[in-house]
Amino acid sequence: MIHTDLCIIGAGPVGLFAVFEAGLLKMRCHLIDALPQVGGQLSEIYPQKPIYDIPGYPEVNAQDLVDNLMEQAKPFSPTFTLGERVDHLDKQEDGSFIVSTSDKTKVHAKVIIIAGGLGCFEPRKPVVENLGLFEGKGITYMVKNPETFRDKKVILAGGGDSALDWTIFLSKVAKRVTLVHRNETFRGAPDSAAKVFDLANQGKIDLILSANLKEVSGNGVLDTVTFLDKSKAEIKIETDYLIPLFGLSPKLGPIADWGLSIDKNAIEVDTRDYSTGVDRIYAIGDINTYPGKLKLILCGFHEAAIMMHSAFKYVYPDQKLSFKYTTVNGVNSF
Amino acid sequence: MVNFTVEDQEGNRQDCEAPDDMGFNLMEILKAYEYPILATCGGMALCGTCHIEILEGKDELGEATDPELDQLENLPEYFPTSRLACQIRISDLLDGSVLKLRGEDQ
Repeated sequence: MIHTDLCIIGAGPVGLFAVFEAGLLKMRCHLIDALPQVGGQLSEIYPQKPIYDIPGYPEVNAQDLVDNLMEQAKPFSPTFTLGERVDHLDKQEDGSFIVSTSDKTKVHAKVIIIAGGLGCFEPRKPVVENLGLFEGKGITYMVKNPETFRDKKVILAGGGDSALDWTIFLSKVAKRVTLVHRNETFRGAPDSAAKVFDLANQGKIDLILSANLKEVSGNGVLDTVTFLDKSKAEIKIETDYLIPLFGLSPKLGPIADWGLSIDKNAIEVDTRDYSTGVDRIYAIGDINTYPGKLKLILCGFHEAAIMMHSAFKYVYPDQKLSFKYTTVNGVNSF
Repeated sequence: MVNFTVEDQEGNRQDCEAPDDMGFNLMEILKAYEYPILATCGGMALCGTCHIEILEGKDELGEATDPELDQLENLPEYFPTSRLACQIRISDLLDGSVLKLRGEDQ
């Protein structure tokens, strides 16, 4: 069990800046994010795009902003659980919470801050009957530990960079790798595409082009995947694993079940302190909504500062909070 | 004003109109009509969540651009008629077209 003052769900720009604001008030933070890296949408979707509306930066590259926010949070030693989704919040008798993730990590926190953007990024799933039956039993949407696939038969479906990169990587680990793509060509990085064609020409992988996923079957665990080729003929392949790689898309997910007031996929908050209707749970950044809400990073930063001053009373119930400027007091690390 | 028809995920059709002199794109108009479109990336052709199909009027609107195809190819399903709404400017080329929302991300 991880013990912390504040548990921040979402390690995007607003979650990261919240660490800094919490640190100024001597509150420790643990962050949880479904993505394997910090930065949220900025790192996942547009790391190399410029942002023009961060105060003081006429132009800043999205990944640079994330790196700077990490640097700014560093004095307050935040801890992280990445690549795991928060599934449950359990309220304790003393008002605190135990947070549990998809990988059974448990975090005990006095206050919960939801800074989850548009929700957690989850893999897009192909529309195929019975897919759910074999999830975790041969079908996986992410390569978390490549060793899982050592000496196994693996089929990858998709044509983007991650399908190409994992095909190249797993060709050295798995017993046999088959890449199935719906087109004749790849739009991913030309170098990776060339490497995949080379591997296929050398007979080191099987490459099936112009084919679409049709069916998955097995007796309890996946054993056969059926594709349809251009002429609608069936191609059946025996396999241990199928890894569909069709990118990620944000979903509100389990947050919807926590008894919060939700309007159009956003959490309604009180603008005095960005608290939700549930005691000790706050929501900041793109995930909240209120009259006049603007989904801007800079608005999330403002919300983080205000909400931390409100959360202080739960972490230090016996202390009076006095407002201080960093210019006067500096940044006192811990 | 430009007039076009939108078919939602359930197959319900609605006539919509949009001003063609304010620099809007189709994704912004669909959101204004409160269709459930995430538009995670805000219109940079980087997330694929505003995936639509042009059922009628495809020839006028032209082919999907390279950045669109990069996204569309990554979706579990896409069609010769697929486009990203954020990459379609509201202009008279859209007048009279019929488009269908693809709902896989909503």
